[in-house]
Amino acid sequence: MHAVIVGAGEVGTAIAADLAPAHEVVIIDRDESRAEELTYELDVLTLAGDGTTLETQEEANVMDTDMFIACTEDDRTNLVACGTAKTLGDPFTIARTKQPDYLRVWERDDSAYGADFVVCTDLLTAENIVRVIGLPAAIDVDPFAGGLVQMAEFEVAAGSPVAGQTVVEADRFESLTFAGIFRDDALILARGDTRIRGGDRVVVIGSPESVQAFATDVAPETTPDRADEIVIVGGTEVGYQSARLLEERSLHPRMIERDDERSRFLAENLPNTMVLAHDATDTEFLVREHVDEADIVVAALATDERNLLVSVLAKRLGVDRVIAVVDSAEYVTVFEEIGIDVAINPRLVTAEEITRFSHESIAENISVLENDRAEVVEMELAAGSPLVGRPIQESVAELDSKVVIGAITRDRSHVTPRGDTVLQAGDHVVAFVETPFVGEFTAMSAAI
Amino acid sequence: MYGNTRIRVDWRASAELTGRVLLYLVAPLTFPLLIALYFREPVAPFLVAIAVAIGLGGLLRALGDPEENLGPREAFLAVAVIWLLVAVVGAVPFVVAGVGTIAHPVNALFESMSGLTTTGATVLVDFSIHDRSIMMWRQVIQWLGGLGILILATAVLSELGVGGAQLMESESQTRNVNKLTPHIAETARLIWGLYVGLTLLAAGVYLALGLAFDPRMGPYNAIAHAFTSVATAGFSPEPLSAGAFHPVIQWAIIPFMILGSTSFVLMFVVLKGEPRRLLKNEEFRFYLGTLGLITGAVAVVLLLTGEEGGALEPTIRHAVFNVASIVTTTGYASTDFALWAPAATYLLFLAMFTGGMVGSTTCSIKSLRWLVALKSLRRELFTSVHPEAVRPVRVSGSPVDEDTIRDVYAYLLLSIVLFVGLAVVVAVDAARVGMDLSAFEAMGAAASTFLNIGPAFGEAGPYGTYAAFPMSTRGVMVVLMWIGRIEMIPVLVLFTKAFWTS
Repeated sequence: MHAVIVGAGEVGTAIAADLAPAHEVVIIDRDESRAEELTYELDVLTLAGDGTTLETQEEANVMDTDMFIACTEDDRTNLVACGTAKTLGDPFTIARTKQPDYLRVWERDDSAYGADFVVCTDLLTAENIVRVIGLPAAIDVDPFAGGLVQMAEFEVAAGSPVAGQTVVEADRFESLTFAGIFRDDALILARGDTRIRGGDRVVVIGSPESVQAFATDVAPETTPDRADEIVIVGGTEVGYQSARLLEERSLHPRMIERDDERSRFLAENLPNTMVLAHDATDTEFLVREHVDEADIVVAALATDERNLLVSVLAKRLGVDRVIAVVDSAEYVTVFEEIGIDVAINPRLVTAEEITRFSHESIAENISVLENDRAEVVEMELAAGSPLVGRPIQESVAELDSKVVIGAITRDRSHVTPRGDTVLQAGDHVVAFVETPFVGEFTAMSAAI
Repeated sequence: MYGNTRIRVDWRASAELTGRVLLYLVAPLTFPLLIALYFREPVAPFLVAIAVAIGLGGLLRALGDPEENLGPREAFLAVAVIWLLVAVVGAVPFVVAGVGTIAHPVNALFESMSGLTTTGATVLVDFSIHDRSIMMWRQVIQWLGGLGILILATAVLSELGVGGAQLMESESQTRNVNKLTPHIAETARLIWGLYVGLTLLAAGVYLALGLAFDPRMGPYNAIAHAFTSVATAGFSPEPLSAGAFHPVIQWAIIPFMILGSTSFVLMFVVLKGEPRRLLKNEEFRFYLGTLGLITGAVAVVLLLTGEEGGALEPTIRHAVFNVASIVTTTGYASTDFALWAPAATYLLFLAMFTGGMVGSTTCSIKSLRWLVALKSLRRELFTSVHPEAVRPVRVSGSPVDEDTIRDVYAYLLLSIVLFVGLAVVVAVDAARVGMDLSAFEAMGAAASTFLNIGPAFGEAGPYGTYAAFPMSTRGVMVVLMWIGRIEMIPVLVLFTKAFWTS
């Protein structure tokens, strides 16, 4: 595969490092010395120039490339670069943005900006934070369909309330599907009367809210609920999105933001979050508001220094878990060494997401489970696909394999998959498939 | 002179609009004229009134200039003057007819202003001596007042943000304060149909029930009461008000009073196929809750004191009817509630300050303002525990601007100040002429006129008359009904220097 990456920052470099061993990679960066430096670090071709111009892109041979990744620090540069790339050829284009606004536009119409996929750093970071907060009991969690669908694997402890229940009893949630159960080395496809045992690993697919609710059933001890005190320090975009996602999962966080105007904005848009307008490094204030008794503190301020200060302060006051957003990748270990429970680096998170997308084959979002015994795949159905226009049960019955359709999204909203649900062209299907059949199954998304 | 005495209001635009409204007044004046012809009563009162309307309207239009832009200030001026001049023209038939207490110009203006402001306070003493056409004119002017206030509330005041009125449920949030005219016309068209439809429905229901249960509710009374129940106005050609009719008819009037005090924009949205908006609307739930609570309390008091003979149906009916009448600011009465036990009358007095929903024909302070004020008070309690908490006040889920909350507080305070002022004037003036008036009755009469409800207690009770008060008191009441009806600000702002010169 031939890939072009615009932007040789931390994100671009991380993606390049991941792709370089197996693929042909060209990196474009405006900074000549940075470009040159990279040639020695990685086995890639570098090019100094403006990645949004035709001239540079032609030189990078974008017309024949398979994958075009724009991941500079500037949102608009990335979007324009994707637009330019689409005029030259038909690569799969991925744009990195920071602000969720551009992502919202793209979600409305995915032909916008000429981007085939938009990765929003701030939102992705928030999703990561919320996953760390909300699903500590999960072995594996991955987002699908732009965050609308989540796949999670839980180990059912012997004492869990779910142990001993049948799937029908455990699945109390409208938009949740029990995809599969791993028992010792065996893979069992979940049926209504399958009884869940202690020690099983259960894979569920559904809306993030329903996955969160299920986590509360599986592991009530470790999964936070409304009684748990979650404090987000810093009303940055990451902090705001984290609070919003927590609200969606029926959790009611508190948020500390110093700026009055920003606080008002946050309070207006987060009806279930208590916003406090104050300096988060004021210990007296923190104690007065009982932040020391919080279960989780998230440091999401604008700079690493302030996040470090707040994290250390929270730890000293006796907070159970502290999660910090760390902007520079090199500080991640520093944070973790001094006892911060989880340090999340937005750039690494972005790079991972883009790599996840670009690895196997184009436009296929995949999670690999249990040493590749099964995979969860997302695919968009083309108009002529054999799956389109028929009820799910008919298609699945014909397949001589273990496939469970876990979730369907149509025009960015959920359609609960039932046996008689008729799939349409353009639907995004998230399915649990036994690994040997993945190729056969994903081929069905295309027209015959 | 540096031009700071130059008048900065394009008063010609206001004059033009006022003149036009006065000319429109000819149409409703022909209705009692036709009644007079039908019953072979004198037609002169209405012909003179039509002549005055045309003359005054024509004069104002000649002075006015349709090219001038009608902005917020011009709208305030026009609204205040329209309400005053329409009341003046409305008083003409009473003076020309020259029968009874309302022959006196001040009394005639009181009756007319009370009608136009949908108050329903009357100075009539003997109902039987008046022509049926004159009695119908009282009803028509109330209906017009109801329509006028609907257009004013939904199109003008909400745009200008008077006393938090911008919070009103709206079809689409358009804010283009500089171009009021197209918006007024558009809203008027939507509201007009609903208002007329409700009135026709009420008339039909009353007539049908009249045929079945009560011959006194004939076509004349059905139309007369339809006019004043949907307008939450309260005049009745019957001296005993709704108490003159069969209980079934009294029950039938209740829903129309409540509909009249429900936001017409909300009703419009619901009728367009979004019934969920009704329950999602927090003001509507709060309003119904308030109504239910006060009704329950009054019913309990009446049952305990055995006011209505202790029988269940009449007790509940009178509680529901009269509380609804006061809360919706209609002012009908199914019985003389002024004679109830003090606990019940105090509750009714309290109920006078509630009012229906913003964007309806109701008067008084209105539930939306109370809702915002109470929510912001609850927020104050919360922030006294968490001083740093930022907590927007929300109505139906949407955050309310802090400026709007301040407007609402100012409105409440202004209402209370004006009410107390009027109450003192009423009491002092009564003492001056040696009228026997208790402090409670003075407060009741002040609240009932300023908040545009109608009946109060004592002399001003539902079966009494405001003719018992001194002429000077009634003069002051005319001004306060006028101020109170158009939400105070449009009138009061005219008395500031800044309005005219800066």
